[in-house]
Amino acid sequence: MGAVEKPRTEVAAPASWDYAPSLEGREIVSLERRYGLYIGGKHISPKSRSWFTTISPATEEPLAEIAQAGQKDVALAVGAAREAFRTWSRRKPAERAKVLFRIARVLQERARELAVAESLDGGKPIKESRDVDLPLAAAHFFYYAGWADKLEYAFPGRSPKPLGVAAQIVPWNFPLLMLAWKIAPALACGNTVVLKPAETTPLTALLFADVCRQAEVPPGVVNIITGDGSTGAYLVREKGIDKVAFTGSTEVGKAIQRELAGRDVSLTLELGGKAANIVFDDCALDQAVEGIVNGIYFNQGHVCCAGSRLLVQESIHDQLVRKLKRRMATLRVGNPLDKNTDVGAINSSAQLERISELVQSGIDEGAELYQPPCRLPEKGWWFAPTVFTNVAQSHRIAREEIFGPVLSVLTFRTPDEAVEKANNTMYGLSAGVWTEKGSRILWMADRLRSGVVWGNTFNRFDPSSPFGGYKESGFGREGGRHGLEPYLRFE
Amino acid sequence: MSQTVALPRAFELPGGGRLPRLGSVDAVSLEGRAAELAKRSIKRESKIFALDLAIRMIDLTTLEGADTPGKVRALSAKAIRPDPGDANVPSVAAVCVYPTLVAVARRALAGSMVKVASVATAFPSGQAPLDVKLADVRAAVEAGADEIDMVIDRGAFLSGRIGEVYDEVVAVKEACGGAHLKVILETGELGSYDAVRRASLVAIAGGADFIKTSTGKVSPAATLPVALCMIEAIRDVYDETGLVVGMKTAGGIRAAKQAIQYLCVLHETLGAEWLTPDRFRFGASSLLNDLLLQLRKQRTGIYRSPDEFTLD
Repeated sequence: MGAVEKPRTEVAAPASWDYAPSLEGREIVSLERRYGLYIGGKHISPKSRSWFTTISPATEEPLAEIAQAGQKDVALAVGAAREAFRTWSRRKPAERAKVLFRIARVLQERARELAVAESLDGGKPIKESRDVDLPLAAAHFFYYAGWADKLEYAFPGRSPKPLGVAAQIVPWNFPLLMLAWKIAPALACGNTVVLKPAETTPLTALLFADVCRQAEVPPGVVNIITGDGSTGAYLVREKGIDKVAFTGSTEVGKAIQRELAGRDVSLTLELGGKAANIVFDDCALDQAVEGIVNGIYFNQGHVCCAGSRLLVQESIHDQLVRKLKRRMATLRVGNPLDKNTDVGAINSSAQLERISELVQSGIDEGAELYQPPCRLPEKGWWFAPTVFTNVAQSHRIAREEIFGPVLSVLTFRTPDEAVEKANNTMYGLSAGVWTEKGSRILWMADRLRSGVVWGNTFNRFDPSSPFGGYKESGFGREGGRHGLEPYLRFE
Repeated sequence: MSQTVALPRAFELPGGGRLPRLGSVDAVSLEGRAAELAKRSIKRESKIFALDLAIRMIDLTTLEGADTPGKVRALSAKAIRPDPGDANVPSVAAVCVYPTLVAVARRALAGSMVKVASVATAFPSGQAPLDVKLADVRAAVEAGADEIDMVIDRGAFLSGRIGEVYDEVVAVKEACGGAHLKVILETGELGSYDAVRRASLVAIAGGADFIKTSTGKVSPAATLPVALCMIEAIRDVYDETGLVVGMKTAGGIRAAKQAIQYLCVLHETLGAEWLTPDRFRFGASSLLNDLLLQLRKQRTGIYRSPDEFTLD
């Protein structure tokens, strides 16, 4: 049908239609050879005199030299923030709002540059940094800009006052977005900040220093210090801080909490997760599959609220798993700067090792592994999208956070059993419920002990919606009106 | 006309296969997925492949009250040789006309591989007695139509007489004889993706070789999420029964870029086996010239004047 009988050069009709590479240009980011610390509005060399290299996890190519802040550098940064707090906290709230609005607009203007930098340094697909990280980061600043002069209305009769200097430590999975989650509410409430980005992804935070300059953030209000875990430890131990906000592993979160015991420093922790994505037999099946894929393969599974445990009603298990495996085969793994890439690089060799170790434990404990055929690049750190079936609650892959593109499938028979299994974890950050029955979503949400419950969707974020954990997933809320509270004291 | 509204009878698929569960569709997520696929960035050789394929998949259509033999002959010449300046450009799949013009198209397309498709069953409304619709179909087939594009009775569907819709598809299929049957759901009138899915399954159960989004006479016509919804229904039928059903999108697809988006949805939902005119069609007219323009651009690096491409 269709072909006409006349000579013509056949366009190759391949068995599969391979999309040609479509690379986002990286020229838009001009990186310096070296980045110092951003303290008191200036870029300065670290007193520690030590530097480390940040690399692209997709190619192992070195990108820039980054300062390793020592104890003296940390003290300097906290001092600068303390100094700036005196004037910033007394500024007219509407003036603070203006600064935040300007930051939001500069982020939008420089979105493409920052998205490329994020993908280069962190390995995430450009479509995600472009369509998720950057728009949400800007949205957070817009949202909290709006609250800056309305704090009295947010907490009527409670005379909200800023806390002082906030020490903020953010992870490597959403570097700029987590920076926005931390800095926007802190500044809106009149605090000043010292922020430490993760060791493997410092670039966008350092570019954000330039955003602050453009947005005319007064010197010392935002300070960026870079380094490894020791820098973070110095920051938490520093005398002049009033608050610590940490997003990262449960292990480090616990250490911070121990460190702060007995000190007048308030704390919020957003830690790990092992979220249950619960699929009932009456759900819209193909859309549930999309939600499952988005829940676990989004950002290579480097998501604290990732839907890493799939709880599926036994009656549709086989059909759902079949659909899921076929969908996984269409995931395009590869160059993060290719606009068609769905799954990018694993953030670091250490993380790849951890994922590999846990996946091996899954195999050893008798779960059944499936990975779609896909060619992984030779250089850099990669892990194919993975699903385990025949997983038991007792397996390590059902209990421990893997923080990689690895899904564990378990089954349930009744709603009660689904709740019981979903809650049977040390974590409690998020959960998803897939059903056509609205009343069942509400019934489940009442019983699931997790900070977020998504209904017929997953990994959806909005600045107006509070986010945070139960149990070992941490405490305190970020986002929404609730997200202001950890940055205020009340008289 | 059958009085039954019993679905079980309606869902006996040809070949005795098992019924895919009726299922449901979540609109937010469906539209999200379609929007995601619309962002695929198709470049260079993969774009040439897509443009060439899209041309081969076109049902070049004219469905106007003002259609004349002259108009249909001109369209047929274009269908055989869309770009007189480039022998490498393939013919389209079919020419689609009203029943009265089938004979003209048949003669004009003689000797080529281009098929003759005809709308029938009181297109576009479908509001005529069944015997009139069947006579419409038989007349088109006798005049030489290879393919029949019927419309479902939306009045029956929306008032819950699903069995009647099914019976009608069965009857039209029988009247088609050897001609291929495309069943138009007119999704713009059905009101929800759930209804689109249900109508897709009813049409397939009744014997549709293709299911088709729209007549092109109602807005909205084809949209990416509607196409995805129907393609997912086709996939479920294939999974459960092995039955291969084709898909046709029609109405509102004018740009090459849109056509490529549909091909991405098709490719990433049903796979490469569906990337053939035997299983996918675009009902379109002005789309063809944009495909030709873009194909020339890909091959020569230059956008040519639209005047270099014939208007028929």
